[in-house]
Amino acid sequence: MKRETKDRAAFNRRTLLIGTAQFGIFGAIAGRLYNLQVAKHGKYALLAEQNSISERLEAPLRGVITDRFGTVLAGNQQHWRALFMQGLAPDPQVVLDNFYRLVPLSDAEKARIATELAHRPGYIPVLLKDYLDWPDMAALEVNTPDLPGVVVEAGASRFYPFGPGLAHAVGYVARPNAREVAADPVLCLPGIRVGRTGVESWQDAALRGVPGFVQTETNVHGQVVRQLARDPGTPGQTVALALDAGLQALAVQRLGALTGAAVMLDATTGEILALASSPSFDPSLFDKGVPSAIWDSWISDIKDPLQDKVIAGLFAPGSTFKPTVALAAMKAGTLTPETILTCPGFFKLGDHVFWCDNHTAHGSITVTTALQVSCDVFFYQVALGVGIDPIARMATRLGLGTDLGVDLPDSEPGLVPTLDWARRHGILWVEGSTVVQGIGQGYTELTPLALATMIARVATGSAVGPHITRRIGGVLQTGGNPGDWPALDVDAGHLAVVRQGLFEVVNTPAGTAYGARLIMPNVQMAGKTGTAQVHNNTAAEKQQGFNDLTMAWAQRPNALFVAYAPYDNPRYAVAVVVEHGDYGGLSAAPIAHDMMVYALTHDPAGRDVPLGATPQATPEATPS
Amino acid sequence: MMPERIAPLRPFRDRSFGLARKLLRVNWLFVLCVCLLAAVGYTALYSAAGGAPEPYANSQIFRFFGALALMLAIAMVDIRLIAKISWPAYALGVVLLLVVMKFGHTGLGAKRWVTVGGMEIQPSELMKLFLTLALAAWFKGATQERLNQFLFLLPAGLAVLLPVGLILKEPNLGTAVITSLIGVTIMLGAGVRWWKFAIVLGVLLVAAPLLYHHLHDYQRARITTFLNPGSDPLGAGYNIIQSKIALGSGGLTGQGYLHGTQNQLNFLPEKQTDFVFTIIAEEFGFLGSMLVLVLLFTIIAMAFYTALSCAHTYGRLVALGIGTNFFLYCFVNLSMVMGLIPVGGVPLPLISYGGSALTAVMLGFGVLMSVHVHRDVEFAGGEF
Repeated sequence: MKRETKDRAAFNRRTLLIGTAQFGIFGAIAGRLYNLQVAKHGKYALLAEQNSISERLEAPLRGVITDRFGTVLAGNQQHWRALFMQGLAPDPQVVLDNFYRLVPLSDAEKARIATELAHRPGYIPVLLKDYLDWPDMAALEVNTPDLPGVVVEAGASRFYPFGPGLAHAVGYVARPNAREVAADPVLCLPGIRVGRTGVESWQDAALRGVPGFVQTETNVHGQVVRQLARDPGTPGQTVALALDAGLQALAVQRLGALTGAAVMLDATTGEILALASSPSFDPSLFDKGVPSAIWDSWISDIKDPLQDKVIAGLFAPGSTFKPTVALAAMKAGTLTPETILTCPGFFKLGDHVFWCDNHTAHGSITVTTALQVSCDVFFYQVALGVGIDPIARMATRLGLGTDLGVDLPDSEPGLVPTLDWARRHGILWVEGSTVVQGIGQGYTELTPLALATMIARVATGSAVGPHITRRIGGVLQTGGNPGDWPALDVDAGHLAVVRQGLFEVVNTPAGTAYGARLIMPNVQMAGKTGTAQVHNNTAAEKQQGFNDLTMAWAQRPNALFVAYAPYDNPRYAVAVVVEHGDYGGLSAAPIAHDMMVYALTHDPAGRDVPLGATPQATPEATPS
Repeated sequence: MMPERIAPLRPFRDRSFGLARKLLRVNWLFVLCVCLLAAVGYTALYSAAGGAPEPYANSQIFRFFGALALMLAIAMVDIRLIAKISWPAYALGVVLLLVVMKFGHTGLGAKRWVTVGGMEIQPSELMKLFLTLALAAWFKGATQERLNQFLFLLPAGLAVLLPVGLILKEPNLGTAVITSLIGVTIMLGAGVRWWKFAIVLGVLLVAAPLLYHHLHDYQRARITTFLNPGSDPLGAGYNIIQSKIALGSGGLTGQGYLHGTQNQLNFLPEKQTDFVFTIIAEEFGFLGSMLVLVLLFTIIAMAFYTALSCAHTYGRLVALGIGTNFFLYCFVNLSMVMGLIPVGGVPLPLISYGGSALTAVMLGFGVLMSVHVHRDVEFAGGEF
């Protein structure tokens, strides 16, 4: 019994010791719990917050711009880019330093990233670098553990298959600026671009689409545990332009190294089938950012490659303005189709002598012949007879010097002066001013697009307005049908007289554009040449034998040509301006001729599938 | 504790007392604590399923009721009968371990389970109880002289090492360590000298590098990860970090039931099993986790109370072993959840989802209650 008691006491001692040790260990566990749950609560609560669902907006795919046949004019190209979700990095600066070590960036880029990091909400990733090359990609992949929060993903960049050839019509995109981002925070998504010029700008809303989002679960290390949800967003709509890429390419090619513009309209609808401005620029450079050397060269170039000369280039119309003067005078009654005026080669007004072109005497002629041979003296007298304001009113009817409402940004209305305009600008309007107005010189400044519109209206008798967008998301836009346009408020008989004159310009040997006549069966073109002085030769220069071909390039006259065809059933209207191209019939008319031949043989007007091609189920089946 | 009980032993005069008296002698406070922990488990599993009784909470509570009935049934079995079948049970445990090695199905890279009659059992869990019974039976009549004999201790040591070796082979490092510690505790309670364990410990420390060499890759990974959690953030260390975040974000009063972000957003894989404690800690905070800790330790304390109040050595050693087993379960699981020791695949008893651990623990509690009910019985041959 004694031993038992002793053994039992020993057992109890040891058991109590073991129990106490276990109690102590439980106490330690409780202490650790207190430390984790109460003392360090703040730290872990923060970690738990980051360790959660992260939502990231994704830029939608920008809509594709095509020509009327579905040829892609502005598309999307995949590239790799590195994004940074700062909320996922325990220490963003360390991650950035690691990134910069792997992928060196310029100080300017680093500054941009720092600014964006400071101002962006957490659900919007910050772009670290676009257009990662393979060495960059490899370096980033290998060092993933050092780069929590850095995501490498595919992005879309804009590409322009036609490059400079369509730079003005299609425009270009660029990163949104700070003001735009302030107005719409969605714009700060990496990869999102806003249209800056051309259709990219005008149709930006349709092209942009709706952003999607990716919902991922991430842990404290910034690594994605899994993707919870994904909404690809709504890609931008496909914008099909009225352009015919083939015709456009021809126009660009024919303009070549010349400075100028060429535009062709569907004469019945005003749809712009070709819009070429030369010189041009590479629009794809803007997506990545234009190198400053190239930018500077564009800005300093007197030929202004960035300007769309079709819609914003202002030129004195020269003789292409004569049909307007004729129509104004006929409407006012100061000119009839039978009126005969005499051209002795010059016109004397007071002390001043206004010469006919090349001092040629055209004799006694009617308005038709005056148009045919482009007699200046005839129109000096007509202009003086009708007065400046009726001419301006007729010009407005024909689409000159007025806002045409073209669906392109930065278009210029041009100017056709009125007495009121002169008064407002403090200009003393003298009769001489009206005289030169008769031949489209003086204050008158018009865009090639306005001239094309004028000739289309004269040709069809329909008040068509120029526009470039044919379909958005497959829906034909208003104006795409000839019936969408009202009749022109000009007497049909007067129009017929002018058309006859324009016919003779091209189709009679005495016409100024006889060389540009169509050698096609049963199809004739009607048109009007123009040669607009940009420099008044001084007496000294004249004595030195200066003429248009020997003077400096920038002082040579601009060459213009407007035309439409077929003569008896107008479908196409064209306007070509070659800056300092001397004579309209010499440099501008051949370009218009070639474009017209292309248009008449391919007949793109009103079509969504090329002539002779198998019709597709839907015309918009091509967007990528 | 209760010194008046130590001096005059009061063995049962009536050796065949009735069922009603036995039921009255059950430690019902203990049963209440067990039930409360099961209720905590239901609450946590309901939350783990995102606020639904399926798939965890309901099935677990049904299992618990079954196990509770089993526990009370075993509590009615005479402890002397259990003592008699200690070694056969041990033999059965070893056989089951061998069976699992040969035919067991693999789960999480280890062969741990066998299916017996449609029920999944984990022989290593049963082995801890059977080893406790066998060692208690071995030491129940041992005198101090015998305890000093090497040849008397050797079979006991081998009886520990055989299942530990088999469990290590599964491989299940956590259970192997727990099993050895149970063996050590029972031997200590039986009166084996401290220094003998010191020698074994010294030998183990020397052999540790060798042992490390034989560990499985994933076991090594766990140890390395434990030593440096940042080295493998998405591997084994991931669980530790996520679990610590869950605990820490709970704060004093928790994020609210069903509102724990770590839990509800599934940052912890399989949180309904090993990491179930994080749910309580995150959603009920420090106060909630302390409640669980108090309940768990009350159970351990009552096991020790049974050991101290038991008149016979067998019952004392069995109660000590079962209490220590439960303590080690809690300790390993809680330490693991808090990142104090390497992750070991040890559930939190009574709370974690899973049948085999629950069954094994409740089986042990049944034996513990049998000891409690029969704490005053007289063993034949005057052995105490």
